Amino acid sequence: MSEETKSFEPTIIGFTCNWCSYRAADMAGTARMKYAPNVRLIRLMCSGRLDPTFVFKAFANGADGVLVSGCHPGDCHYINQNYKMLRRFHLMKRVLAQMGIEPERIKLLWASAAEGAIFAEEVNKFVEQVRALGPLNWHPGNGAASTVHTPMSAEEVPA
Amino acid sequence: MSKPKFAMYWAASCGGCEIAVLNIHEKILDVDANFEVVFWPVAMDAKYKDVEAMEDGSILLTLFNGGIRNDENEHIAKLLRKKSQILVAFGSCACEGCIPGLANFSPIQQVVDTAFSTVSTDNPENVRPQPSYDMPEGTIHIPTLYPVLRTLDQVVDVDYYMPGCPPESHQIAAVIDLVIQVLQGKAQLPPKGSVIGAGGSTVCDECKRKRNEKTIKEFGRIQLMHADPELCLLEQGIPCNGPATRSGCNARCPSAGAQCIGCYGPAEGVVDYGARLVSAFASVIDSNDPAEIDRILDGLVDPAGQFYRFNLAGSLLRAAKPAWKSGD
Repeated sequence: MSEETKSFEPTIIGFTCNWCSYRAADMAGTARMKYAPNVRLIRLMCSGRLDPTFVFKAFANGADGVLVSGCHPGDCHYINQNYKMLRRFHLMKRVLAQMGIEPERIKLLWASAAEGAIFAEEVNKFVEQVRALGPLNWHPGNGAASTVHTPMSAEEVPA
Repeated sequence: MSKPKFAMYWAASCGGCEIAVLNIHEKILDVDANFEVVFWPVAMDAKYKDVEAMEDGSILLTLFNGGIRNDENEHIAKLLRKKSQILVAFGSCACEGCIPGLANFSPIQQVVDTAFSTVSTDNPENVRPQPSYDMPEGTIHIPTLYPVLRTLDQVVDVDYYMPGCPPESHQIAAVIDLVIQVLQGKAQLPPKGSVIGAGGSTVCDECKRKRNEKTIKEFGRIQLMHADPELCLLEQGIPCNGPATRSGCNARCPSAGAQCIGCYGPAEGVVDYGARLVSAFASVIDSNDPAEIDRILDGLVDPAGQFYRFNLAGSLLRAAKPAWKSGD
């Protein structure tokens, strides 16, 4: 890891569900477990509420990583919506990879309301993982700032 | 009294939008009867300096098609914005980038190489176009490419959006009728920023195919299978973009046996077209097992291309990282 990457503090948006993973984060808090402050949690009612738009918007607006977290498979408060999120997560990752966003910048974490320690530990691991990748710093809107000057005839071809 | 002025321009586009306008048949005579056409490169001879000499705001209606690919496109977009009272982003390219916007997946150098050095290109000296070139008579210029293609509203303020690749002729005719009625004081313009000449719902809403609960075990490519002519295409595992695409075309492609590819752009309320399709496609996959989900997803050969065929430049991310990085 370079010096620059070491001092880099990634911004991570974390989507949690009301019934399990947000309570896991709450549990970590009430139990005074320390974890990296880089993650900004957004509470949804269910991980199934996670519209992929939220993730794309987070990256477009400067997030370096996105954490998606919900109840364990089989434990969803809304029966099976976390499975829908699981499927979307797999497809989303493929689309993001094609857009040049490394799959390591997005993480799926199952955490029950009792797993505060696991939540804290996994957040720490994820922060380090994104830190190692460096800033994403998305800014394609500035396309006009620099114009492209193609070199004079690209290469000489012998006759 | 002189007739109100009309202009139409093409930036990075294919020319199909111009054909679609001519395709309104005898209605084109209404355009001529009600407007004075002052600038329309495909149909008449006019120079940029003629437009530059016009008074600001003197053109009533400008239909602008094409994305902003180079500095010439940008110059004309800004010029026409200044000269026009109503500027319409006309067609998918101006609204959301369309097919030319797919270049936003690749670094600009690669785009240029593909255009000038592939096997099918006859270019033995590997020549590249130069932004400026010295001739005995003086220096000549051609437009300079930008690293990414932008939509019209990423460059100038846009009054209305008219989607479609190209917009359907009956929709163009309806919009022209509306503008003429407004001129005669019989109707009012919709609020600024509206999408005109299209519906507010989705293609699925207009599609006549039968629908049941969707569960997908396998994605397939339409050319490799015998699709049921009555049943919803997505239900058969054919990636059909109908669920996220704006209505307005009367579900033309699904009615003709082909999947919707999304040329009418995002439906009302859809922020990111591709993200909406990620939801629509992934949610109905019939598996809870990560390995099997991955196997099923392998059937979608090029998901980003599928989801952003028309919408890449207009999406939240706008361009893939290698593309915008190439401008750094």
